[in-house]
Amino acid sequence: MDLSYSEENEEFRAKLQEFLKENWPLPESIGDLKQREEEFRRRATEAGYMMRSIPKEYGGSEQPLDFLKGEIIREEIKKHGAPTEVVHIGTGRVVPVLLQHGTPEQKAYWIPPTVRREFMWCQGYSEPNAGSDLASLKTRAELVGDKWIINGQKIWSSGAHKYPFMVALIRTEPEDVAPRHKGISYFLLDLRQPGVEIRPIKQISGEPEFNEVFFTNAEAPIDAVVGGRGNGWNVSRMLLRYERAAFSGINWADHLIQRCVRTAKGTMRNGKPAIEDPAVRADIARLQARAMAMRYSAYRDMSMEAVGEPSGDYMMLQKLYLTEMLLKLDDITRDLLADDLMMMNPGIDTDGLKGNAKWVDASLQSLKIRIAGGSSNIQRNIIGERVLGLPRDGVGVNARSNREASK
Amino acid sequence: MKFRLDEDQQQLQATIGKILAADRIQPRVRAVIDGKKAWDEETWQELVEFGLTAIIVPEENDGMGLSLIELAICAEELGRSTAAVPFLGHVLATIAIVEGGSEEQKARLLPGLASGEVLGSIALTEGNDTWAPADWRMAPEGTTISGRKRNVPNGDIAQLVVVGIEGGRLGVVEMAKPGVSCETFECLDLTRPICSIDFDKAEVELLQNGPAAATRVWDAALALLSADAYGGAWKITEMARDYVQVREAFGAKLAEFQAIKHQLANVVVEVEPTRGLYWFAAYTYARMPEKASHAVSLAKAQTTEVYDICARMCTELHGGIGFTWEFDAHVWLKRAMFDTAWGGRPQRLFLRATEFVDW
Ligand SMILES: Cc1cc2nc3c(=O)[nH]c(=O)nc-3n(C[C@H](O)[C@H](O)[C@H](O)COP(=O)(O)OP(=O)(O)OC[C@H]3O[C@@H](n4cnc5c(N)ncnc54)[C@H](O)[C@@H]3O)c2cc1C
Repeated sequence: MDLSYSEENEEFRAKLQEFLKENWPLPESIGDLKQREEEFRRRATEAGYMMRSIPKEYGGSEQPLDFLKGEIIREEIKKHGAPTEVVHIGTGRVVPVLLQHGTPEQKAYWIPPTVRREFMWCQGYSEPNAGSDLASLKTRAELVGDKWIINGQKIWSSGAHKYPFMVALIRTEPEDVAPRHKGISYFLLDLRQPGVEIRPIKQISGEPEFNEVFFTNAEAPIDAVVGGRGNGWNVSRMLLRYERAAFSGINWADHLIQRCVRTAKGTMRNGKPAIEDPAVRADIARLQARAMAMRYSAYRDMSMEAVGEPSGDYMMLQKLYLTEMLLKLDDITRDLLADDLMMMNPGIDTDGLKGNAKWVDASLQSLKIRIAGGSSNIQRNIIGERVLGLPRDGVGVNARSNREASK
Repeated sequence: MKFRLDEDQQQLQATIGKILAADRIQPRVRAVIDGKKAWDEETWQELVEFGLTAIIVPEENDGMGLSLIELAICAEELGRSTAAVPFLGHVLATIAIVEGGSEEQKARLLPGLASGEVLGSIALTEGNDTWAPADWRMAPEGTTISGRKRNVPNGDIAQLVVVGIEGGRLGVVEMAKPGVSCETFECLDLTRPICSIDFDKAEVELLQNGPAAATRVWDAALALLSADAYGGAWKITEMARDYVQVREAFGAKLAEFQAIKHQLANVVVEVEPTRGLYWFAAYTYARMPEKASHAVSLAKAQTTEVYDICARMCTELHGGIGFTWEFDAHVWLKRAMFDTAWGGRPQRLFLRATEFVDW
């Protein structure tokens, strides 16, 4: 065990600090803030600090996977107040899939504009009757000549009203292919066409963040399928693995704890800041213990993976652990908010309230992680089955009672 | 950065894991639980031969010169096995002398503890809930102490006990000397029986490096109990996992009911991440002492709280059998309750952790 940064890492940090000093802030002659930020990101990519897992030929900086350097970059950029790497579905999910499963032509066509954020992506997995049970999805694509003709409906597609490109799971093989997920393919779609209709759905926050997407004889070129016909389930699985490996949950948790502390300092209880209340302090310390457990479990996991040791179960637990932690955080912040809770106007200081409204939104948003990306019950199934080796749903008693019911 | 067990540490874990294998240890624990033996001397001898008592002792004092990381790895295995051995008191007495003794004191006292020839224990609390060095009130009069210390693990079989003294100092008392008497009780965790020791003008030798060493001893206790809790929690979870795959009700294995699967998943999701926590606690103690008090407090509070919840849930999953003396689930449950209480209750330790943050 050794948590210290090696000499090489310290040199890396020193070089990065130098780079940051030289390149941020940039002179106004370069353009407005947005242009200056983009120019900074371009330089950071060129120097090997951003887009690290993407090959140079596709506009990345092609650096060997190194979670520690990734952390150093994140820390230093934050400390310096420079623009951070933009995290989006395109580089986070679509590009890794393409790099692993795409043909050279597909890579060359899709990756560079995605890296430049000219192509922005949404995800079309869920359907009205296929959420947790995703393999029962019904949207179909048929090959007619050299084109796919697509019919059906996706739902809950976050950002589809803003982002013109969609990764979608679509059935390309006959319904009776067994098992069901064998008939599904992984598509890259351009939504800007007459056969696609997008209807925003208002979320509980009042924002129209997700959408229904209807396909009526929508078209896609023959090479819109990545990883081969009928192989979409495996391709998207790899995508989920990639998502789970992300570090972002831990940093997010740390950030929320910091924010919670600030709110507790700014909230008065019995004439004193709430942060002086032992019960509040202990509650926040409980969150800290969980964040610490997450961080060092992830460090262990990555350290073992780096030397090819099987790291065990933590990655499969991570999402549910974070979800449960956010639930506890929400309890604490709502108690701090007290009756200010009844106001929700994120970013606006209504009726003399300052800032706290963002917690109300966070409170609602903390439900999102319980549902999206594999709901908590589905996580429990995964943990029960893959970590503990318990039987799958639908065997034994469940299957028997189904059979009896259908008699 | 590498946050994994290196080859030597893996070897250590595998070796002690073999000594503490369930089929060897469980019958011995049972003999203690059923009152046929006071403690498991046989296993302790095996552990001493393996070198458990020498791990944390510096090489110049006849020890192995390893760190609390290695000791915590062993503590995890001990927690897993529930072996009824006087580990806790002995290693804490040893650590007290390592951290607090002068060179002369170390040279004189450590070799016996390292070889296991002398059995040590630790006597810290007086009233209820007085684990912090600042809570200790026992004051020396010249070279003697008087008063009562509680919660001394295996104090009745120890030959030497390190005592917490007013002002966060530490002193060594030989149990055989006049003015020392030990009262034993029927306690909750029979694998680690605690007793009270009365000192009546008993001769005490103060350790040179006072208050700083006392905090280190407390911190070490917290890290080791976290490790014990992690190991114990996983073991009882495995017992429940195995049981629900054999026990049948309503014409099915219990494990086929999703409620059961989810109940166990909820346990595992809490237990497994506490490994990172106890590793980090032991790591800070060994390598980043300025961060240790914060990390070990969080680790002990969280890990033992999780152990307790886990032990209760897994006992419940055994149904009526789980509530019997005959069945072993209560051994883990009671160790969980011990781990939660000894060294300080969770709420207090969560609060202690906040003494080391900037809010
Ligand atoms: C904010 C938000 C954004 C989203 N963004 C996207 C997106 O961009 N793209 C996309 O494709 N999808 C998106 N989703 C959809 C999300 O993936 C699904 O909502 C999720 O998979 C659950 O499916 P469902 O809504 O059909 O619920 P259902 O599957 O009907 O589940 C309803 C409830 O039953 C439980 N349940 C289901 N099956 C089981 C079982 N076997 N055992 C026990 N309990 C079970 C679930 O846990 C859930 O609580 C988003 C969802 C939300 C809330």
